[in-house]
Amino acid sequence: MLGKLSWAAIPFNEPIAMGASIFIVVGMLGVLSLITVKGWWPYLWREWLTSVDHKRIGVMYVLLGLVLLLRGFTDAIMMRSQLAIAAGGAQGYLPPEHYDQIFSSHGTIMIFFMAMPFMVGLMNFVVPLQLGVRDVAFPVLNAVSFWLTASGALLVNVSLVVGEFARTGWLAYPPLSELQFSPGVGVDYYLWALQISGIGTLLAGINMVTTILKLRAPGMTYMRMPVFCWTALCSSMLIVAAFPVLTATFGMLLLDRYAGMHFFTNDGGGNFMMYINLIWIWGHPEVYILVLPAFGVYSEVIATFSGKALFGYRSMVMATLAICVLSFMVWLHHFFTMGAGANVNAVFGIMSMVIAIPTGVKLFNWLFTLHRGRIRFEVPVLWAIGFMVTFAIGGMTGVLQAVPPADFVLHNSLFLVAHFHNVIIGAVFFGAMAGYYYWFPKAFGFTLDRRLGAVSFWCWLIGFYLAFMPLYALGLLGMTRRMQHYADLRWQPYLIVAELGAVVILGGIIATIAQLVVSIRTREARRDLTGDPWNGRTLEWSTSSPPPAYNFAVLPQVDSLDAFWAMKQRGPTAAPERYEPIEVPRNSPNGFVTAFFAVITGFALIWHIWWMAILGLACALGTLLVFGWVERGEDEISGEQLAQAERARLRQMGST
Amino acid sequence: MSAQAGTAELAGAVPTIPESSARSGRGPAPVRIVVAYGFWIFLLSDIILFSALFAAYAVLSAQTNGGPSGHELFELRHVALETLCLLFSSYACGLGILSIEHRRLRAFYISFALTFVLGATFLGLEITEFAGMLARGAGPSRSAFLSAFFSLVGLHGAHVSAGLLWLTFMVAQTAVKGPRDFVRRRLLCFSLFWHALDIIWVALLTLVYLMGTR
Repeated sequence: MLGKLSWAAIPFNEPIAMGASIFIVVGMLGVLSLITVKGWWPYLWREWLTSVDHKRIGVMYVLLGLVLLLRGFTDAIMMRSQLAIAAGGAQGYLPPEHYDQIFSSHGTIMIFFMAMPFMVGLMNFVVPLQLGVRDVAFPVLNAVSFWLTASGALLVNVSLVVGEFARTGWLAYPPLSELQFSPGVGVDYYLWALQISGIGTLLAGINMVTTILKLRAPGMTYMRMPVFCWTALCSSMLIVAAFPVLTATFGMLLLDRYAGMHFFTNDGGGNFMMYINLIWIWGHPEVYILVLPAFGVYSEVIATFSGKALFGYRSMVMATLAICVLSFMVWLHHFFTMGAGANVNAVFGIMSMVIAIPTGVKLFNWLFTLHRGRIRFEVPVLWAIGFMVTFAIGGMTGVLQAVPPADFVLHNSLFLVAHFHNVIIGAVFFGAMAGYYYWFPKAFGFTLDRRLGAVSFWCWLIGFYLAFMPLYALGLLGMTRRMQHYADLRWQPYLIVAELGAVVILGGIIATIAQLVVSIRTREARRDLTGDPWNGRTLEWSTSSPPPAYNFAVLPQVDSLDAFWAMKQRGPTAAPERYEPIEVPRNSPNGFVTAFFAVITGFALIWHIWWMAILGLACALGTLLVFGWVERGEDEISGEQLAQAERARLRQMGST
Repeated sequence: MSAQAGTAELAGAVPTIPESSARSGRGPAPVRIVVAYGFWIFLLSDIILFSALFAAYAVLSAQTNGGPSGHELFELRHVALETLCLLFSSYACGLGILSIEHRRLRAFYISFALTFVLGATFLGLEITEFAGMLARGAGPSRSAFLSAFFSLVGLHGAHVSAGLLWLTFMVAQTAVKGPRDFVRRRLLCFSLFWHALDIIWVALLTLVYLMGTR
């Protein structure tokens, strides 16, 4: 009746896991009851849960990323604390099976449920505004994508309370992740959570590519698109090209585990190195899926706050496209030690070094944009400059490991761990934070607190160096990754410094939360009535903050790069005499309902509750058919309503 | 204050069209184009999904683990029949789309009924083939080769099944709602899907069956 599920799935005997479970359950119940008591459900349902507005969906994505940052960081600081004390004969406070779950969930959450939603959220929010259009190509599909991603995140967190998470690292290499060696539900939680959210990500990518290639304001030719749109396009194309491989790979592992097949098993003729090849054919592009939008954010931020057009726009676009293509030709550098032979390793080593060239082009473009600019040291600029310094170091350690002989020494050591944190934190996360601060006033109509933003930045920057520079040294001293305890006492001082770094980063996270709270409290004083708080250059700043549901009353006409800047240079133009009516898509519960059944199905499959899985799938299919049958129609906003809204907007701007 | 008001005025005056640039650019594409384009992108991603399984099949096709190989299992006569069914089903589907574009509903229903029957026959033949292999003890857990074979061919079969369900749904929708814009858009997407399955089948036929029995 209930498959493998029983009371034994609740971790009663493990105090730390139980504490975390209780914390999560109480937290969730607390939030839900607060919403119920305050009577916020109708508002939430109407305005957010069923919204198909790309701006709302973007905000929800970013919120999901921020919440899971807390979860992923909790894992991180637990690991650092464990390693700071588990030296010599000491075992620390985390038993191995728990420690293994923590490093697995840390990686999984940070990549799939923190960085991905954050970047997809920024793209979702910004791209249609920058293109000067009213929404993405498929608004309802957009909501489905988001809710499927959220479903995956939910399943990962359910694993904390019911059952266990994978102990196989963030990519679940077989044969360890096969049924023979991981008979528990941990790997199944991992696989189903990522399958569900992966479908969401794929649909989001398809949506974004179609939006950018087919929906642009009149006159917005390819070479007039803001750089962020270019990076979003390349990132989305990588999603479309890479995520199906992930789905197929996980599908094969699932077939091994559920149907006794032999894709990656030791016996039956299976080949586990095939999994490692396939997963990195997805995995390396994934790195660029995350970092390209961040590069886009830096391009926007640096140009805006330098008061200059971006230096070398064309070379920036070409570099982005080059990275997009090259990212598919380097996957083998993740396992030079496979033994593919000197020639194969040489090809992939050289390709990995080649990819540093377009990246270098970008770095110089940003530097030349700053050169002789009138730089305003707002918070996003701090993140951008911090990024340039940090990323240069991370890039160089990466090129170093692209040399196969060097990689043979450094493979699976903490040097590698330091390198990829160096680029993921230094480029992706810093970019996410820069974008968060930069576009927050556009989303909510008021700016974030600047002082706390700077505190957060400095904590992250200093904390990062304290936490990860010792790891480079430890890697060279021979410490491998994923160790629960170690014998060599000489490593301990480094790990204590790293722990200190994690604490400083905690300060940065607290500052970010405080910044949000303080800014909301003082929002009246920090209202942005102009819609253009940073003296921006691109079209998102030409509409009000927050923008109306339809974004633009009249689609802007674009005739140059930095379209909004050009409009400001030209001076004011009279408002049009009459407005064409606009059709906006109606809200739809499709995404939320589909995701609800996806969670049911996923949970049932994890626990082998077959009847429930079939029921969940049937309901999901039914939802699809029902929503496919019923015509939702669209709401029309008449010309008079538009004229009224526009007049009100202009009045508001005049009142500042 | 006044300087700021100046900026505000500038900012407010955006959405108008300067004379000089009214000529340039076409703006957002019409819905029909956007939908078909998005569906193309989806199909490309679907083909990539298949390509991962093709790669796996290529790696594992020789790993028979002492069990039967493709040479012993595949019957080209049977496969030829499957191929004919699927290709003619696609032809019928194409005729159906032409009919609906010309609002010839009767021809549309006949074509789509034919599409369905041929697709279902294909599926029936495939199931017969699978059942025969299972009866011989050559199931997907017998060897890595058979795992890859059943997954790759089975994934195609699952696509065909989903296509048949979609086809039924679309015929019902056409019957109830008539050949309206959004119905025709969806029919167009369906036909793209159905043709894409043919392309994948041709690759499958070549790489799995023809090369497997060589």
